[in-house]
Amino acid sequence: LRLIYTTTAVQRKNVGASGPEKYTEAFIKKQIEEFNLGKRHLANMMGEDPETFTQEDIDRAIAYLFPSGLFDKQARPMMKHPTEIFPEQRKIQWGEDGRPFHFLFYTGKQSYYSLMHETYEKLLNVQKYQDQVTAQGLPLQKEKRNLAGSRWLTKIELEEMLLEKLSDDDYSRFIQLLQKLVALPCADTEEKYIQKFSKEVPVQLQKVVIEPLQYDERGVAFSTGEGKRKTARATAVVYDNGSGKITVNGIDILHYFPVLQDREQLLFPFQFLDRIGKHDMVCTVSGGGRSAQAGAIRLASAKALRSFVTEKEVELMRQAGLLTVDPRVKERKKPGQEGPRRKFTWKKR
Amino acid sequence: LDHGSALHTAAKDCLSSVSSQDVPAERPRAIFHTSESDPAKHTEQHEGRLYDIPLEEVKAVFPHGLPYRFQQQIQTFNEARVMVRRPALELFAYLRSSNFSHPAVRYVIYGERGTGKTMTLCHVVHYCSRQGWLVLHIPDAHLWVKNCKELLQSSYNRDRLDQPLQASVWLKNFKTSNERFLQEIKTQKKYMWGKRESTEEGRPLGEVVEQGLARARSASDAVGAVLREVRLQSHRGSFRLLVAVDGVNALWGRTTLRKEDKSPVSPEELTLVHNLRKVVRNDWSGGAIVTTLSQTGSLFKPSSAYTPQELLGKEGFDALDPFVPIPVPNYSPREFESCYGYYLERKWLQHEKAHTEDGKAELQFLSGSNPRQLDRLAGPL
Repeated sequence: LRLIYTTTAVQRKNVGASGPEKYTEAFIKKQIEEFNLGKRHLANMMGEDPETFTQEDIDRAIAYLFPSGLFDKQARPMMKHPTEIFPEQRKIQWGEDGRPFHFLFYTGKQSYYSLMHETYEKLLNVQKYQDQVTAQGLPLQKEKRNLAGSRWLTKIELEEMLLEKLSDDDYSRFIQLLQKLVALPCADTEEKYIQKFSKEVPVQLQKVVIEPLQYDERGVAFSTGEGKRKTARATAVVYDNGSGKITVNGIDILHYFPVLQDREQLLFPFQFLDRIGKHDMVCTVSGGGRSAQAGAIRLASAKALRSFVTEKEVELMRQAGLLTVDPRVKERKKPGQEGPRRKFTWKKR
Repeated sequence: LDHGSALHTAAKDCLSSVSSQDVPAERPRAIFHTSESDPAKHTEQHEGRLYDIPLEEVKAVFPHGLPYRFQQQIQTFNEARVMVRRPALELFAYLRSSNFSHPAVRYVIYGERGTGKTMTLCHVVHYCSRQGWLVLHIPDAHLWVKNCKELLQSSYNRDRLDQPLQASVWLKNFKTSNERFLQEIKTQKKYMWGKRESTEEGRPLGEVVEQGLARARSASDAVGAVLREVRLQSHRGSFRLLVAVDGVNALWGRTTLRKEDKSPVSPEELTLVHNLRKVVRNDWSGGAIVTTLSQTGSLFKPSSAYTPQELLGKEGFDALDPFVPIPVPNYSPREFESCYGYYLERKWLQHEKAHTEDGKAELQFLSGSNPRQLDRLAGPL
């Protein structure tokens, strides 16, 4: 007997070659059943009605039963419908006899080419309709679609829709075809089809609402603002017709901020608007250190002053950086280093 | 002395008042000054203005006692200008109307840090010296209870401790400020300085002072003798006595001094403090006692304390009770204007923005109308 020497490498299954795991339909169905059962069990455990137990309730219940401190939300325990968890996969494209279902199967990218085919068909229909209309002599309606508020699907979204990979070239060709379709007059007839491939763009500029002035019992106008810096949080109430007195947590600023630098920070918004002696301010602040508290109060007072001032000056303040929250916070210490950036002393031996 | 610097700015404000207050449009910068250099004639009209003290008088009246920063300013500007402020005017009114046959009234000047207490005291001292009073000015009682290098056991009383350095310094300054009184006042008791030296009865007080200066060992006893004589003779009416103590809360606080066996020294065990306490008691008549509270030099007291109760403690408060409290506030807008105008006039504010209205508002905001803060701010500008 001669032992045939085989290495373990050969005997090992080649995991990578088979591609991503394929889920059979039966598997998915079973998962869905289990999910529903589990949902009812969970509702029972939480003492709620199983019939009216929504996904949000499930999320809350899971977060309560399995609290996790992990930063990544995707890494925490979750219980969702199997369709959300298991990615959609193509079912087998051919029948028992080996014959494919779709007529474009042998192109390789069957859904992409079928989509192009459909879109071109719509284009031809529109052109035919257009010819009919011009033959009838009726004026062509030209209603401009609002292209400003919508965008086409991105390549990734299109891939998700078609369940197959696209190349950049393919994607750009499809978008060009769509644009050509839209450019034609009378494209309104195919509006529904086009809407499948366009998305609303949310309004980008969030208009910051400047609150109007409020009036207290004495008839003096005032406005509030909040600000933060590092760990300090501050609220400021700025009163009109004042003499320039500022109180922090019930203490005069000369006593609360003995350092000149902090007082200069507080002075800056008023000085910028040339309103040094005109307003009184009462603020509360907590957290942080001396400098952070000063920065927080500065931001809060700038925000409060917006109500007293014209739009142009608000824009000037914004450009001066008085209204932006300072994003700098203490950087985390990394393992293997002494501090956030400082490494341990390097010893040659 | 921190309170000193604050006070001197207050004083400067007082200094710059012009008697032509009624004609502001004529010479705007001159408004802040007054040519009235006799404090006796200062009235409410002069409030917020600065008056000038001739430099020779400064040397004669204030050999010690002016705040350090103010002295520097005198050197820089070559003139001494003190601001007339309301607390000082109040004190003048009281002093004028006080009955000298009654026991001496005690006035305690108090206020937050840097508002002008020491300068008010100096203003009062100047006023009294112009009037011809005998001025017993202790520049800072805190100097006597801390940072003392030499402590000798007192020969007079076994328990007490002497401070020859501080005592001799004070005697020297006392001599410069009150020359003429030293010849007039005669001793009433015989004083023994050690085994061989003594001062007979009826000798002028100058001899006691000379003795203290010559022999450092007996300086503290000399101080005690001077205080006692002056106290006992003031009621006769030949002279008025003003006891001006700065930082009076040091007399009743704690000390940082230690004996040789490392046990802490309490204030009663110091001769100087003991004698001073006797003077500050109001069992004599024919004068007044004006004192200032000071947080800056005080020991073991929080920095936010400024009321008499907090700074004097129970013991001190009981000892000084009853007294007339005189609060000293920050600058009023008018006083601030005159101080600012004075700095501008003397070209102390070099920054170009400092000359504008905005600059003035900025200074007012940042200093909070506190004299010391304003002085410190204006320095680098």
